[in-house]
Formats: sequence, structure tokens, C-alpha cells
Amino acid sequence: MKKLKRPLTYLFLSIATIISIYPFFWMVVSMTNRSVDVTRGRQLPGLHLMENLTNLFNQVDMVTALTNSFIIAILSTFFTLLIASLAGYGFQMYRSRGKDLVFNILLLSMMIPFASIMVPLYRLFGRISQTAPFLGIDTLAAAFLPTITTAFFIFFFRQNTRMFPKDLIEAGRIDGLSEIGIFFRIFVPTMKTTYAAAAIIAFMNSWNNFLWPLVVLQSPSNQTIPLLISNLGSSYAPDYGMIMSAITIATLPTALVFFFMQKHFVAGMMGSVKG
Amino acid sequence: MKQLTKKDNIGWLFVGFSIFAIGLFYFYPMIDALLLSFQSGMGSNLSYTGLTNWSRLLNDPTFITALTNTVTYLLIQVPIMIILALFFSVLLNDSTLKFRGFFRTAIFLPAVTSLVAYSVIFKYMFSGDGIVNQLLLNLSIINEPIFFLSDPFWAKVVIVLAITWRWTGYNMIFYLSALQNIDQSVYEAARIDGASSVQQFFKITIPLLRPIILFTTITSTIGTLQIFDEVVNITGGGPGNSTLSISAYIFDLSFKYTPNFGYAATVSYVIVILVIILSLIQFKVAGEKE
Repeated sequence: MKKLKRPLTYLFLSIATIISIYPFFWMVVSMTNRSVDVTRGRQLPGLHLMENLTNLFNQVDMVTALTNSFIIAILSTFFTLLIASLAGYGFQMYRSRGKDLVFNILLLSMMIPFASIMVPLYRLFGRISQTAPFLGIDTLAAAFLPTITTAFFIFFFRQNTRMFPKDLIEAGRIDGLSEIGIFFRIFVPTMKTTYAAAAIIAFMNSWNNFLWPLVVLQSPSNQTIPLLISNLGSSYAPDYGMIMSAITIATLPTALVFFFMQKHFVAGMMGSVKG
Repeated sequence: MKQLTKKDNIGWLFVGFSIFAIGLFYFYPMIDALLLSFQSGMGSNLSYTGLTNWSRLLNDPTFITALTNTVTYLLIQVPIMIILALFFSVLLNDSTLKFRGFFRTAIFLPAVTSLVAYSVIFKYMFSGDGIVNQLLLNLSIINEPIFFLSDPFWAKVVIVLAITWRWTGYNMIFYLSALQNIDQSVYEAARIDGASSVQQFFKITIPLLRPIILFTTITSTIGTLQIFDEVVNITGGGPGNSTLSISAYIFDLSFKYTPNFGYAATVSYVIVILVIILSLIQFKVAGEKE
């Protein structure tokens, strides 16, 4: 029995590994093959990578989509971190009964399904369009404004603020720093790893977001990468080699972040459950 | 005392913007959606019509289909994924295992993909001349290709397989980290008492992981109830409406057909009610033994 267990463990884990990795393998291999070869089931790298990439950049506006996605993801990450860390710090460091109640109410927003607020949000941005067109429907700002304040990240920063030594705050006060000065000069630099972990998750969420941009971004010049891939994927005569190049490019940023910052990545994911 | 009130006021400054933004982008829309659910009309020409939308729900076959599909995904996909994730995490929680880091990274890897990107990949893998059919044909498991995506049953299976592929490793990481916090002496004591590994799993591992299993079950339930990206990009809701989810139906009602925001808001409240009911049930089930 004992002897049998080990090989079985390796067998199960190997099957799981093959199933997990195969789609990635197929994606990368297909990127280098012609569409015909992909439909014939070719599993070996081919010589058509440049051709597929040229087709992709010539036939669809990949540059615009990449630029938009990067702009949205970077601004979104920056504001998410700023807003959530200020709030997490505020809730943890300046406690009062009223604030604990408000915090719990904010946490309830995590249970709100996005699909249930999508229509009212669209109406809200319709009204914003009338007074401030640069923030309204079909602007890049509208694509990230509703997503930059989330109870998840406020909770995450509050949890991590618990590990922040209070002595440092007292030291800052003695040095004559203002309360907000203590936050930016002492707290932010000390909590670099917490920020790194949150940044990875925030960037990834924004980079991959599909439903809200689909609702709020309408003109082709505002298209993001997920919208572009979704369009390519629904074409009737798909050019597999070209589409797989687009998907590989879309997956690259998050995959690279994962491989180089695996520890922060997992820390960010776990942030929500750590005691 | 004066000092304290001043500090408290500064505290409100830190949290002020978040309270404003979450109020504006989460709670205000929830109220607006509730009000909308009692209104009818096209686009922004809305007027109060009482419970018309709510009674329409019960007689709307598309809604019933979307609801049934979503609940089917939930009831089949979440348990399969949680059990698989637990299984792999227990296998991987053995420090003498070779290539442990490699297996863990590989099984987690699907979680870095974007939902749209992996959905398109799955769509092509399961197409008529896709790789899955070629494999099954070559292994002589089938004699002619299965048209997975144009068959109401298989299309649902593909969606369940896809979500399971994407999220099993993600949930596994939560269990692994919880398993690593369990004191190994508990298992040693159990072994001395003659407990088999199956007994250890059910009597020690599962009870100690209960909170994290609850957490992952609730987040997965909320996620699957809202499933949208996969349905839209793998099957487009088809064939017919056989894979349509509630979120995809809300999108169609609001932005694809003649916009009917009132009825869309009513459908969306069904998701809210489901989230509340299922979360309460899960808390109840998990809390029972404590």
C-alpha cells in the first residue's frame, strides 16, 4: 500500500501539470504556425512567428489597445494603492467606535455582485458625461474610476498595518511631522512589500477586466486588450496564428510579474484571509 | 481629550474619500437598481410600474434558462473544484516530494491568465477540428468529432471544465498555505494512535481547514454566480440560450437588445438575493460544528 502511494501521487500531479500547462504550450506553439497548420493539429514550433505578428499589428489596432490597457492599468493601480492604503491606515491607526461601524459597512460592498450594479453605474456615468465629458461614458477615466476604491484592498492594507510598529509613528510625531507626513514619509517607505503585493493584484485585475470596459468603452480608439481579443475570438474565419499571438502578448505582462515576483503575488492573493 | 478628538478628525480625513467612493460606486447603484426594478420603459424614458418587472421574471423563459444554467454551473463546478484543490494541496503538502515547487507553480499557472484570453483558447481547443477532438479521435475513444460548442450538453461541460481549469490552482494555494500552518505533531499523535491517512484527512485536515474552505467556497460561489467572460467568449450563450448565464442576460437586456434598464435591474437583484441566501447557508453549514 505504502509503496503504491508514491507513484500514484506523482501520476496524479503529472496529469494535473500536463492539463494545466498544455493550453499555454499550445498558445505559444500556435503563435509560430500558420492557421492551416494549427487546425491540422500541429504541435511543433513553426517558422511563421514574424508573419503572425506582422498580420496582427497590421490588421488590428494592437498598439492602441496595448497603450489603453497600460494607461488604465497603471493609473488604476496607482490610485487603488493610494486610496486603499490611506483608508486602511486611517481605519487601523485612528480607531473610534464610529469608524469600526463604517468599516464593517464598507466591507459589505465586497458581497455586491458587479453584474447587479452595472446598469446603474452606466446610468451614473451617463449623467457624469453631461457635466464632465472627460470622465463620462467612452473615456479611459470611466473605465477605471469605479474600480479604484475596493473594500478588498482597504481590508488588505488594514490587516497589514497591524504589523507596522507604532513606535515609528510616535517618533515621527516627536520629530514634528504632521499626521499625513508620517503616512507618506514613514509608513509608505516601510511597507514596500505590502504595496508590491497589492500592486500586482491591482494591476492584474485591471489588465484583465472585461465586463465594465465592454459596457463603458465604445469607440475603437478606446479599446483595451481583453475587448480586442474578445472581438478577434468571435470572428467567423479566425486566423489562429494571429489570434494566438495576440493572446500570448496579452498574457505576457501578468505571467512575467508572476514568475519574477511569485512571493509578492501569493502574498497579495492571501492578503484577504490572513488573520 | 482634546488631542484625541483632533486625531480622530484626522482619521476621518484618511478614510473620507473611500467612504465617498464606495458609497457612490457600490451602495448608491444598489439603491438605484432597486428603484429601477419597479420602473419600465425604453432607455432613459422610465416610469414607475409597480411589480410588473418582478412578475415578468416568473414568466420569462429566457430568465428561467439563464437562472437554471447559472445554478447548474455553480452546483457542479464549485464542489468539483474545491475537492480537486483540496486533493492536490494535500498531495503537495509533503516536504519529501520531489519537484514539489514545479508541480505547485504549474497547477497554479492558469490563475495568471486573463478570463477572456483563456476562454478564447478553450473555445478553439474544443472546436469541431480542435485539439480535443483530434486527441479523442487518435485514441479511438470516438469515431467522429463531437461538436462540443454546438451541443447544449457539451457546451455546458466545456464551460465547467474551463472554470475548473482556471481556478483550481488558485484555490489550492489557499489550502496549501493553511496546511503549512497545521502543527505536524497533531498528525504524529494521530499516527501513533493508529489513524489511517484517510482518517487523518477527514478527522484532522478538513476540520482545521474549515474556515478557509468556507472562505474559498463563498468567493467561488459569488464568482460563479456572476459568470460572464467565459460564457460570452466560449459559447456566446449558445447554442440557443443553453449556456446563457444571468450576467450575460443582464448585459443583453441592457446593451444588446432595446435597452430595458428596469427589467435588467430586476434580473440583477436575483443575483444579489442568491448571493445573500447562499452565503448565509454556507456560514450556517460551516458554523454548525463550532
